[in-house]
Amino acid sequence: MSKTQTKQAPVSEAKVTVYRRMKDLPSTHLLGSGTAMCAGCGGLEALHEVYDVIGAKSIFVNAAGCMTLLSVYPFTPFRGSWLYTAMASAPAGAQGVRDALDILKQKKLMSAEEDMEVVVLTGDGSAYGMGLSSTSGAMERGLDFLYLCYDNEGYGNTGQQYSGATPHAARTATSKGEHGFAGYKKDLFSIWTAHKPAYVATVIGTEPLDLARKIEKAKSLKGPRLIIAMAPCPTGWNFDPQHTVEVGRLAVRTGIWPLKEYVDGNVVHTKVPHERVPVEEYLKLQGRFRHLFEPQRDETMLAEIQARADAYWDGVTQ
Amino acid sequence: MSRTLLTGNGAAAWGARLAGVDYIPAFPITPQTEIIETIAKWIDTDEMNARMVTLESEHSMITAAGAAAATGVRVFTATSSQGLLYGMEMLYSVAGWRAPFVLVNVSRGLSSPLTLEPDHNDILAARDSGCLQIHCSTCQEVFDSMLIAYRLAEDERVRLPVIVNLDGFYLSFTREPVEVPDQKAVRDYVGSYDPETTLFRASAPSSQGVAVLGGGPYSYFRYELHLAARNALRVYDQVAEEFGRHFGREHAAVEAYRVDDADIAFVMMGSFATKARAAVDRLRDAGLRVGLVRPRLLRPFPEAHIKRLLKGKRGVAVIDQNLSMGLGGVLHSEVASALYGQDGAPAMLLSFVAGLGGRDIADEEFFEMVAVTQRAIEKGEAPPPRLLYTQAELREVRKLQAIAHVEYEELNRASSANEGDRQ
Ligand SMILES: Cc1ncc(C[n+]2csc(CCOP(=O)(O)OP(=O)(O)O)c2C)c(N)n1
Ligand code: SF4
Ligand SMILES: [Mg+2]
Repeated sequence: MSKTQTKQAPVSEAKVTVYRRMKDLPSTHLLGSGTAMCAGCGGLEALHEVYDVIGAKSIFVNAAGCMTLLSVYPFTPFRGSWLYTAMASAPAGAQGVRDALDILKQKKLMSAEEDMEVVVLTGDGSAYGMGLSSTSGAMERGLDFLYLCYDNEGYGNTGQQYSGATPHAARTATSKGEHGFAGYKKDLFSIWTAHKPAYVATVIGTEPLDLARKIEKAKSLKGPRLIIAMAPCPTGWNFDPQHTVEVGRLAVRTGIWPLKEYVDGNVVHTKVPHERVPVEEYLKLQGRFRHLFEPQRDETMLAEIQARADAYWDGVTQ
Repeated sequence: MSRTLLTGNGAAAWGARLAGVDYIPAFPITPQTEIIETIAKWIDTDEMNARMVTLESEHSMITAAGAAAATGVRVFTATSSQGLLYGMEMLYSVAGWRAPFVLVNVSRGLSSPLTLEPDHNDILAARDSGCLQIHCSTCQEVFDSMLIAYRLAEDERVRLPVIVNLDGFYLSFTREPVEVPDQKAVRDYVGSYDPETTLFRASAPSSQGVAVLGGGPYSYFRYELHLAARNALRVYDQVAEEFGRHFGREHAAVEAYRVDDADIAFVMMGSFATKARAAVDRLRDAGLRVGLVRPRLLRPFPEAHIKRLLKGKRGVAVIDQNLSMGLGGVLHSEVASALYGQDGAPAMLLSFVAGLGGRDIADEEFFEMVAVTQRAIEKGEAPPPRLLYTQAELREVRKLQAIAHVEYEELNRASSANEGDRQ
């Protein structure tokens, strides 16, 4: 693991002007309600917050996943535009839209006011797997776009089978064995930053101020800007929807989900959980990890998961 | 207007250039690559005011093509064979977006076995995608079809992607004299693209490719797509007729050669149909009344033209340069469904499969197909589909197998002898 830095006053204050305190956040959401998402969906929570900052002058280019059902004919919660592509190629869709808008501006067939922020919206299955080549291509071409991956750690829409984002030991529809998922969560943040894009950040809906600042910053930059939002998923992770916020907060406080950003070649942790809560506090809220506690505690596995979280933070220079 | 020697690929590139395309998402594949290389060079030398982007796959390329078209610019793209199939998911998707653009497919046989040479299984795999298809048999036709394709795709009654198909090697790399009109003449015919409401703008938000719930709305949009494709029959006739007035060349939806007084007609698509055309002349010389019917438009399927042209023929031999495994030729079954139960339908409709992977069709084979058709007419019974293959070809393959076998035995003998030495 590479050494990364930590600063306490995060998300380069200089650039953040709007969101200083919680009360600076919008009190009403721009994204319409009454969608087909599950109650307590952490991905939708993050999307609400992201959309408030991005605004309606945007086009969301979507890949197959839960969020595809946001826009079901003839309704959409978005005030701006929407283009559903396929599971593999949302970034390529963004490329086509961005290029077309640039051509229209250049040929003076469209005024600059008609321009939009092009935002890719996909789940982890697409981002970590099937769409990775398309994302890599978009980054290598320096595409000016924003990518929001809501990471519910599995193929949610098809019933939560394990994906490249599924954490070790989690039970999913395709890892129901005694020890859960044998693989390890892929480090998409590092894969993305290896491309040296303009901006990469991790966020979570339960840290709305951190999220809003990062989206605001991403919005102020040009080029590829990519965000992974951890998305606690009551349906796929098997917890009560009322616990979404608690699960999300614990993901951060246990150090399981580090909040960080990459900009100008540096990785900065924006919220360092001092006195990290033991990971089992996070795990035991979720049915997908119940086999680590019942019928008896799997001390080896709990220790392994704790050790991995510890090792991560040991690699972060404080 | 100037007359120059162009390959089929060159003709396609010139078509895109003069049609004034804005955007070219691209990906290399033999035998198409020359098209995008030619366009890239023109862009580099400022001869063409367009933007070209190489995507990371044809799946992405077709996504970007559809997305840009849906944003309101004129788009061109090209692929071949494995590339067309790699992007197949998106061919179906973008047709549903009802965003017009033109894609050139340079036909090449599909793996496996792997080949670079042409047949039509690639393009026919896209048959039901909603993209319209024009099949060319000469380089001039490639150029002309590019212009016709933009008119067809962008027509408000159609609004669908159009695929212009040309055969790898036989057209893509073959130089033929091509009349290339000047820019103004082309602009007068093609016009500029008005996306109307097919666009994304900050002041006019819209949603594309959205999900539907249930068969009702799904069928509604699928039927709409189908009806738009059907509209393209009438629109094609109009834009082709207009093309004739502008440039003096005719490109009917279905080309007919010496068909009027023919007893027997070949039906065939693509560049190999020029072989059938030449054979028709020689068959005529031999006193046999044979003609050729060549569909240029495959989607929408011009069954009215087919019915009219084949009416009253004693026998029809459909020569398919494709093979639907477990059925036979695709065009044969399409022609059969157009003719079945129709007044004056030919009594005999035979199926021949030939030209797979660029396999030649010899003159005497055209004679043989006519003979087989005549026997079927006399017997009143159509034989099962014929897969054209000669004794000589079979002998060649057997020879290759025998050589490989001998080599293998030799190697085995040599290595066991070596082991013997070591002991
Ligand atoms: C090419 C293709 N393969 C499979 C599917 C089926 N499919 C639809 S959504 C989905 C899961 C996507 O997972 P993810 O990206 O994590 O999004 P989530 O469903 O979790 O929101 C799958 C496998 C598809 N739509 N397209
Ligand atoms: S399955 Fe999970 S991610 Fe998908 S809508 Fe439901 S809660 Fe949200
Ligand atoms: Mg997922």
